[in-house]
Amino acid sequence: MNLDLTNISNIPTGPDALHLILLVLSLVLFIALLTKKGQVIEKTIEKQIPVEVEKVVEVIKEVTIEKIVEVPAIVQAADPAAACQLLALLQSEARFIDFIQEEISGATDDQIGAAARIIHAGSQKVVNEYFSLSPIRSEEEESQVTITEGFNPAEVKLIGHVVGQAPFRGILTHQGWKITETKLPKLAKEHDTRIIAAAEVEL
Amino acid sequence: MSIARYSIGIDLGTTHSVLSYVELADENAEVKLFTMPQLTNFGSVTEKSQLPSFIYQAHDDEIQSQQMPLPWSAENDKLVGSIARNLGLKTPIRLVSSAKSWLSHATVNPHDKILPFSSPDEVAKISPVTATSQYLEHIAAAWDHANPDALIAEQDVTITIPASFDPAARNLTAQAAQSLNLQHFNLLEEPQAAVYNWLQTCGENWRDQVSLGDKILVIDIGGGTTDLSLIAVDEEEGNLSLSRIAVGEHILLGGDNMDLALAYRIKMKLQQDGKALQPWQIQAITHACRDAKEQLLTDNDIDTVPIVIPSRGSKLIGGSTKSELTRTEVAESILAGFFPETDITEMPKQTMRSALTQLGLPYAQDAAITKHIAHFLTKQHEDEGDFIKPTAILLNGGVFKSEAINQRLVSIINSWLSNAGVENNATLLTGTDLDLAVANGASFHGFAKHGKGVRIKGGLASAYYVGIESAMPAIPGFEAPLEAICIAPFGLEEGSNIDIATQEFGLVVGQPVQFKFFGSTIRREDIAGTHLDFWQPDELEQLPDIEVILNADSRNKGEIVPVLLSATVTEVGTLKLEAIPSNGDEVWEIELAVRQ
Repeated sequence: MNLDLTNISNIPTGPDALHLILLVLSLVLFIALLTKKGQVIEKTIEKQIPVEVEKVVEVIKEVTIEKIVEVPAIVQAADPAAACQLLALLQSEARFIDFIQEEISGATDDQIGAAARIIHAGSQKVVNEYFSLSPIRSEEEESQVTITEGFNPAEVKLIGHVVGQAPFRGILTHQGWKITETKLPKLAKEHDTRIIAAAEVEL
Repeated sequence: MSIARYSIGIDLGTTHSVLSYVELADENAEVKLFTMPQLTNFGSVTEKSQLPSFIYQAHDDEIQSQQMPLPWSAENDKLVGSIARNLGLKTPIRLVSSAKSWLSHATVNPHDKILPFSSPDEVAKISPVTATSQYLEHIAAAWDHANPDALIAEQDVTITIPASFDPAARNLTAQAAQSLNLQHFNLLEEPQAAVYNWLQTCGENWRDQVSLGDKILVIDIGGGTTDLSLIAVDEEEGNLSLSRIAVGEHILLGGDNMDLALAYRIKMKLQQDGKALQPWQIQAITHACRDAKEQLLTDNDIDTVPIVIPSRGSKLIGGSTKSELTRTEVAESILAGFFPETDITEMPKQTMRSALTQLGLPYAQDAAITKHIAHFLTKQHEDEGDFIKPTAILLNGGVFKSEAINQRLVSIINSWLSNAGVENNATLLTGTDLDLAVANGASFHGFAKHGKGVRIKGGLASAYYVGIESAMPAIPGFEAPLEAICIAPFGLEEGSNIDIATQEFGLVVGQPVQFKFFGSTIRREDIAGTHLDFWQPDELEQLPDIEVILNADSRNKGEIVPVLLSATVTEVGTLKLEAIPSNGDEVWEIELAVRQ
């Protein structure tokens, strides 16, 4: 009986859950489609208005342009050039990309250890030369700290039993790191940052 | 002339240059380090406090157009500094290096286009003087870009040189700085600059650390040279004063030699394991050895430091080679090799070199720095067999970051003193910044120049002589004996001039006339005009010949003009020799250093 029950109850659960997931997924997709459509419609309307009204009423034109500009400002893409530049520096000083691209499952710990020294020494050089780092909290880790009211949640993250009001008392588990200064190399115009390391040919 | 706002010190080093500056109006102003933008790779400009003394003479196909800009020049076409060093690691035939050492070369004319040395004809060559100019021009352009309202030409600029530089090498350094149009400019010996840095860090308390009659031995070990000087503590109008009383010989031996010694040790070790190394790998090992050496000589808890030589392909794990450097090996190579416990009587070994090796740089043959110091102290003492007993020691250069080297060197010098019956040990003067003392001291020296602090009295570090053949009947098979006439006495101070009225020379119009030229760091009593017809072999050192050409419009070709010689030590700190005819008001400059 028990076995049967579980069997009965088990058999439909799988497909049910699957259906549920599918349902949720299709709903999400549908909403996404709707919102996207909505956006598209909105945009087309926005675009149409200025074209039609442009010649007649200038005021309306201004308002619509403002709206269009606002849309991409919510999240912004990070500058890929700076990221590529940092990878190039880590590659030239620390052979970072070489190491990451290499298959290491067959290598011995001794070999990986030797490579790690190159990467550690080189990365340290890059970080020390181009960035100034300082810990966010100066207290000893694993000691009692008090987080006063009005603290910056980007700098201090409360974890665990997060209840009550500031000041919060807790254990500092990680001191945090903050970059106080960046001194990345300046780049020439039209510098191709995509090239992380040039191919080398010895003559 | 405008009034300088800053005093600028430029440590123009064999392997890298540094600029320090201080505001002159404020006596308590801090000496600051200037950061110089420079290309680190094509299209990438970084600010660094050191400008590596390298130039890369690129192949046309290596250059990426528009990818060599500097903040002050979009059309820059020179590769100076970090980028040159980086590119030169893999293509050494196009790398200009050690220009400074070539300035004082005995047989090569530093105006000849010889660098990169012994590279294929196709590589464009420049002269050591041009290379030095390009380093200075880069530094000056960087300064002017950052300080448009206080251009370098109007500042008080001090460029440092080894104390062992001969008058020709000093002139060449000043010539290299000519394109900067500096209005207030002078040269300063590096060991003196280190002493200025010590004075700066001590403040008024320096008088408590030394006393009247003290002799300070300055040992400055740079990347490529070892420079020795003696500074005496005198009294002037009731106050303690300092004067530089002796300088050592030009020793091409420095910290880089130590790193290279360790690198070759690792190379031998790997060869014994059957691993052959490529020349480019030696560079990587040398670099790794420098860091390992510092760790092993400072941290007593570490006994071995692994040395990993990365592969040059993209496979890092399979292709890298690993070895290690132990504390014992470093002690053997560095302490026993460069700072052996020798007696004061042991002099550096000199073997005759074959003619072929003369072409390269004349590196010191004996690596034992302690023997070179013993030689200096012995040579400078007036009595045969005795030596100068320093009462204080000032060490400078990155090598001395290692406590083990410091202690060893000081204890060796103190053992010489106690063996000679001296009661008190020489004290070690501390407080200087080992890497920046020369640049910082040079900029601090600006205060002394303006009378706002102790000034080290220097003047000429050598007495100078011209050689003339004795007027005696020719004996077949014998060269006419040579006489030397002192034309510039030891210690002749900046801004002073001496005419040698006792000796008239006959110069032929339109023909170059050469004189043999000698220097002596130990004949301190000779006055201008002193005739020497005999001297000990090591008393006078022969320098490259000097030459004068009389291109006189008002005279007939072939006419013999009687002239007197005149010696001036310029405000810049260079020696200027002139020929002044007895009849007439022309002046002809005598060119120092004619190399054959």
